[in-house]
Amino acid sequence: MRREPPQTFGDYSPLLFPAAMLTIFFVVPFGTMIAVSFFQRQQGGFYTPAFVFDNYARFLSAFFGGVLGFSLMMAIAVAICCVVLALPFTYLLTRMARRVQIVWLVALLSILSLSEVIIGFAWSTLFSRTAGITNILVALGLMGEAKALTPSFAAVLTGMVYQAFPYTVLVLFPALVRLDPTLTEAARTLGASPLRAFFTVVVPALRNTIVATLIMVFIFALGSYLLPQLLGRPQHWTLSVLITDQAIYQSNMPFAAAMAVFLVLVTLGLVALTVIAGRKGEAA
Amino acid sequence: MNINSIKRRTLLGAGLAGASMLAMPAVLRAQDKSLKVGVYGGYFKDSFDKNIFPEFTKATGIAVESIAEPTGEAWLVQLEQAARAGQAPADVSMMSQVAMLKGQATELWTPIDMARIKDASNLLDRFVNKYPDGRVAGVGAVSWYITLVTNTNVYKEAPTSWAALWDPANADKLGLLALVSNSFLLEVTAKTHMGGTNVLDTEEGILKAFEKLAEVKPNVRLWYRDEAQFEQALKSGEIPMGQYYHDVTGLAAADGHPVRSTFPKEGGIQDSGCWALSRASQKSEEAHIFIDYMCQPAIQATLSRKVGTSPTVKRESTDLTDKEFAAVSSDIEPIVPRYDLYQTKSDWLNQKWTELIVG
Repeated sequence: MRREPPQTFGDYSPLLFPAAMLTIFFVVPFGTMIAVSFFQRQQGGFYTPAFVFDNYARFLSAFFGGVLGFSLMMAIAVAICCVVLALPFTYLLTRMARRVQIVWLVALLSILSLSEVIIGFAWSTLFSRTAGITNILVALGLMGEAKALTPSFAAVLTGMVYQAFPYTVLVLFPALVRLDPTLTEAARTLGASPLRAFFTVVVPALRNTIVATLIMVFIFALGSYLLPQLLGRPQHWTLSVLITDQAIYQSNMPFAAAMAVFLVLVTLGLVALTVIAGRKGEAA
Repeated sequence: MNINSIKRRTLLGAGLAGASMLAMPAVLRAQDKSLKVGVYGGYFKDSFDKNIFPEFTKATGIAVESIAEPTGEAWLVQLEQAARAGQAPADVSMMSQVAMLKGQATELWTPIDMARIKDASNLLDRFVNKYPDGRVAGVGAVSWYITLVTNTNVYKEAPTSWAALWDPANADKLGLLALVSNSFLLEVTAKTHMGGTNVLDTEEGILKAFEKLAEVKPNVRLWYRDEAQFEQALKSGEIPMGQYYHDVTGLAAADGHPVRSTFPKEGGIQDSGCWALSRASQKSEEAHIFIDYMCQPAIQATLSRKVGTSPTVKRESTDLTDKEFAAVSSDIEPIVPRYDLYQTKSDWLNQKWTELIVG
């Protein structure tokens, strides 16, 4: 079958439905949010339509800069952890028998059915002093006494990696399945060890997929607001937590909207940078 | 083709059946007068569902659909947004003082006609919220205390003072409320260490209180927004001390959990909830009957006995015994929150508070 570029308006018609959905459920709400971010906050009340920059001005401070920096750093850390864990895992998974693959994939999909609340409470129990995993270590004689592993940065990171891991595997899986097995076979024939073949052949061949996955997990992790609250200390709260605070508890919609717009812009900027850097790397 | 049309008809039938199933509550509602009432979710709502609402329906014929509302101002924001769209997720809601005042600022509450509240004269004045021009925005529903709570397995002796929060021996053991406007920790700091809440009159005074409060940080393991999270940790002893609601702690202790609530010598924090009617509600008639019913001294006494809240009507009008009254209240002068601050300085306070706990 030969593919031809769409010629008439009718050729574009299949795009109408997704375009309409995108407009109704993304463009319009996002536009509303941008509008609200310029509204005037009524302290002790709600807000009135206006065009002021107060909300953005309040955000531009060392304090919120620090929180934003931490949120980005946290999301990058989650993305890297996920890909580092999921890439070898998925690679090995694609080489297993079909039956085993299905069992693993169903198990991973079932994690997706868990809400963030359940994941958060489950990990906070696992990391607790009274009922957590350290009690097993004590029983095995590996530790002197049980201690709490939460709240801590490691606890938040674990929870978020756990939550994002299934997505990572599902994104990597199709690319790895399609990967031509003769590539690695050739490498092996030429004397590379399996490990070496993985790093010198599989990883470079999947460069674009890996970058795309990193970006996807990064954006996914950036929106997390419950796990940092359940598993972290206040200094581990992401910008999303503070946005929730303003929107839900302070009824300060304009400021919450301004912070959200800022977060979206910074995210888009970072993604654009990654893509540009990727293109340059390819050209070289 | 034939098969297709049958299929389509079956589908239509199934769709209709489904739609009528969904409409069932509406059918139920049409039979009788009804009212949607928002109360705090969890123990509180369960207790109302079991002890209060069925009796009310029996007495008045008005069916109550209770809605679990979140604490803090989250519910206020939802009511406000909904009212802007002409919707009322609940007709009457129990609102805490800070939320009441913020709602008053936007005229969210339909004024209550006090002539239709038979027991109005028994109500304590401080529990009736009024608009600046004297219209009544909300009528006292219950009042409650936030006290110092401990796990009895970890703390054999009950603490006696809020100063325990500052005690270095309690490092990493506390659970405190995460918002300035529902934890009232500035008032606690002022009363415990600075001689009273009057020092909060000036910004310098507030900043001093913040400074003193910052010393608590190393002791705090959890700043909670979600009550269930702290309650669970308190029961298990994971986080053995903190501030929490006297009524719910009492209910948990009655269920056999190793927890206790103590009125510190500086006093418990007294807050109260009002019944308030959303301006988007069409059920003003039923709402007045409901509020009238809830203000009866006998009902207030039942609330004290079953839910553990403190009455908003004069104590002598109820038949509560000394022992029963002592269980829900205390002779120690309470710490009364500086509600005025959360109106006039709310954004400034919130900013300083966030910087304090996050920074």
